[in-house]
Amino acid sequence: MMSKRIVDIWVGAFVLGGLASIMFLALKVANQSTFALAAGQTYRVQARFDNIGGLKVRAPVKSAGVLVGRVAGVRFDNESFEAVVEMELDAAYRFPRDTAAKILTSGLLGEQYIGLAAGGDTASLKDGDTLKITQSAIVLENLIGQFLYSKAADGNGKKE
Amino acid sequence: MMARGLLDLLAALGGRVNGAVVRLGFASRFFLAVLAGSGTSLRRLPLTIREIYFAGVLSLVIIVVSALFVGMVLGLQGYDTLVRYGSAEALGTLVALSLTRELGPVLAALLFASRAGSAITAEIGLMKTTEQLSAMEMMAVDPVARIVGPRFWGGVISMPLLAAIFTVVGIFGGYLIGVVLIGLDPGSFWSQMQNAVDLREDIVNGLIKAAVFGVAVTLIAVFEGYDAVPTAEGVSRATTRTVVTSALAVLALDFVLTAFMFRGV
Repeated sequence: MMSKRIVDIWVGAFVLGGLASIMFLALKVANQSTFALAAGQTYRVQARFDNIGGLKVRAPVKSAGVLVGRVAGVRFDNESFEAVVEMELDAAYRFPRDTAAKILTSGLLGEQYIGLAAGGDTASLKDGDTLKITQSAIVLENLIGQFLYSKAADGNGKKE
Repeated sequence: MMARGLLDLLAALGGRVNGAVVRLGFASRFFLAVLAGSGTSLRRLPLTIREIYFAGVLSLVIIVVSALFVGMVLGLQGYDTLVRYGSAEALGTLVALSLTRELGPVLAALLFASRAGSAITAEIGLMKTTEQLSAMEMMAVDPVARIVGPRFWGGVISMPLLAAIFTVVGIFGGYLIGVVLIGLDPGSFWSQMQNAVDLREDIVNGLIKAAVFGVAVTLIAVFEGYDAVPTAEGVSRATTRTVVTSALAVLALDFVLTAFMFRGV
């Protein structure tokens, strides 16, 4: 039978090791700092897009390449037939009212995210505001279709 | 003749189902008894600490070694596939997500069931065989509170910690292969991982899974031990049943929990 003290020491070390692992997972693996977007520290804005492509909930919202928030929800507006994207932005960042939102792709085939380009208005966005200027996702199929169409048009032009 | 054979078959099926239901009912009443007696076992903390030592600390070696190898295999296989699509940098994401969501809790629970669960069953079963449990009852000591409770809580406390350690060591194994051996950029390895892994969605859910598995595996272990036929053969059968039932329970629960937690968007 091992002495009680040694058992205690081992158990203490084990529990500490387990808690340290959880801390490591939270801080180093999940990067807690970008997810400290708790309820009070964020504000929500909306943006309407004709086409959101493959944008998903929890996709990053970036401005100048820096993560400033996350997509909180995507729904379809049956009145205007547009996609409404709800964004949660970190309250530490303030944007002018006429900020533009674009749906961008990281890399050629990477995930899609929202890029915010700040405007020049003096008033800042508030909770519940809607971004007026938006640019939809580029859908690869449409792009190829346009390219083929313009090529065909070029070919016809030369023949005549 | 024919009808007779069919009736026999039906009776055999019914008997099995009846037996299973009775055992399940007994197990749930046993679970309630353990919970009711857990006040006593938690108040006598040294007993529980001793069980954390046996269930948790002594499982560390197998957990750490397996986690390291699982992480390294994930690193090698993941790299092999990802490099075809030119996205080898996503290796950190692959390793971290598969470990936090699935492999960490599930493999840790399976190892825990075979390393600690079997030991708990054998110990309690042998106590029952040698009539130590009856002796305790004679002395007005409740064996469920004195023997089963501490083992149950020791296992339940150890399991999430073991799963967290498994995940971290596994990620370290993936890092070892991806960054140290293959030579991926450590910056993108970590940053892609941090972008993809969510604290609430992935890590907390993984720990919830581990806690549920801990309850299931330890409950099966103590129940099989307490319910064992008090002979040498009975204890050996109970030990086997613990490992088989816990493994099946962990995998089935994992499916159910995953279906609820990660429904996608």
